[in-house]
Amino acid sequence: MFYLFCPYCGEHREEEEFHPRGQAHLSRPEDPDGCTDEEWGDFIYFRTNPRGLHHEIWVHAVGCRKFFNVTRDTQSYEILETYRMGSAPRITDLNDKQQSREVQA
Amino acid sequence: MSEAVNAAVNEPIRVAVMEQLPKANVTARSPLAHSTRVVPGTIQETAGVYLWEEALRTHLAIRGNAGSADFSRGVEAATGLALPDRLQCSQSGDWSLSWIAPDEWLLIGPGKEAYAMELSLRAQLDGHYAVINLSGGQTLLRLAGPKARLVLMKSCPYDMHDRNFPVGKVVTTVLAKSQATVHRIGDEEWALVVRRSFADYVWRWLMDAGKEYDLGPRRPE
Ligand SMILES: [Zn+2]
Repeated sequence: MFYLFCPYCGEHREEEEFHPRGQAHLSRPEDPDGCTDEEWGDFIYFRTNPRGLHHEIWVHAVGCRKFFNVTRDTQSYEILETYRMGSAPRITDLNDKQQSREVQA
Repeated sequence: MSEAVNAAVNEPIRVAVMEQLPKANVTARSPLAHSTRVVPGTIQETAGVYLWEEALRTHLAIRGNAGSADFSRGVEAATGLALPDRLQCSQSGDWSLSWIAPDEWLLIGPGKEAYAMELSLRAQLDGHYAVINLSGGQTLLRLAGPKARLVLMKSCPYDMHDRNFPVGKVVTTVLAKSQATVHRIGDEEWALVVRRSFADYVWRWLMDAGKEYDLGPRRPE
């Protein structure tokens, strides 16, 4: 049981209200008719499965029903940040996480 | 292909809007018509918590861009209510307008006025917006009394403490593994909007959860 900060509701909510929706920041090939089968196949089917830092899409399913992004450590389950759709993550590697801890401390 | 899609977007919007209440002499039944019947002689004088349904009200979902002055002016002109801030509710007389999401609000009012209100919203609004009549899809429950908050604390994972849930706040959250839009109307007064298909389940859950506080399935006198 953990809390996620919904960037649209502006407050922490119980995990039960959310659903994870997989890897974030996938970019659809600009020209689907012109791309190779491999490029299209990668977009449709292939996802990373990292041990450590991961950017994911979550949806506030029982709440405002908005999708947003989460930066999470898949090893410790620690949620490092949540941010709105269309914006970029602040934390992009685990060293940033160490830094942000030091700043907080 | 993309040209055809854009052409469709530029066509004038056509929406089928209709009076959803039957004109013939048909008895309206709320989703809780069967369970709210009170057996005479079973009611105690005082209850720690009261539970009742405000049946067959108007429920309209309004969607649009909160940042657009035209949109907020249009909603206010039709409803007399200002668009509420995040997790808040605007109220006036028998109407209330609750924040549901950054681009969605729930308007609740007298049951027979759904069609007229939808028409006046459509007359006032323009551009990219939606008005959806949900009156048949959900219902309004009321919970009141000194122990009402305890019943909600048992039922929701959300923090119901005064410091987190002051009067006036509206939150859509989990209620007994189902979902409800919970509005704190007063110190000891709450309104719950639940789905029609879950109304019976939620009603029975609340009846059971309120048993230890002498729940009375009726309005307080
Ligand atoms: Zn939310």
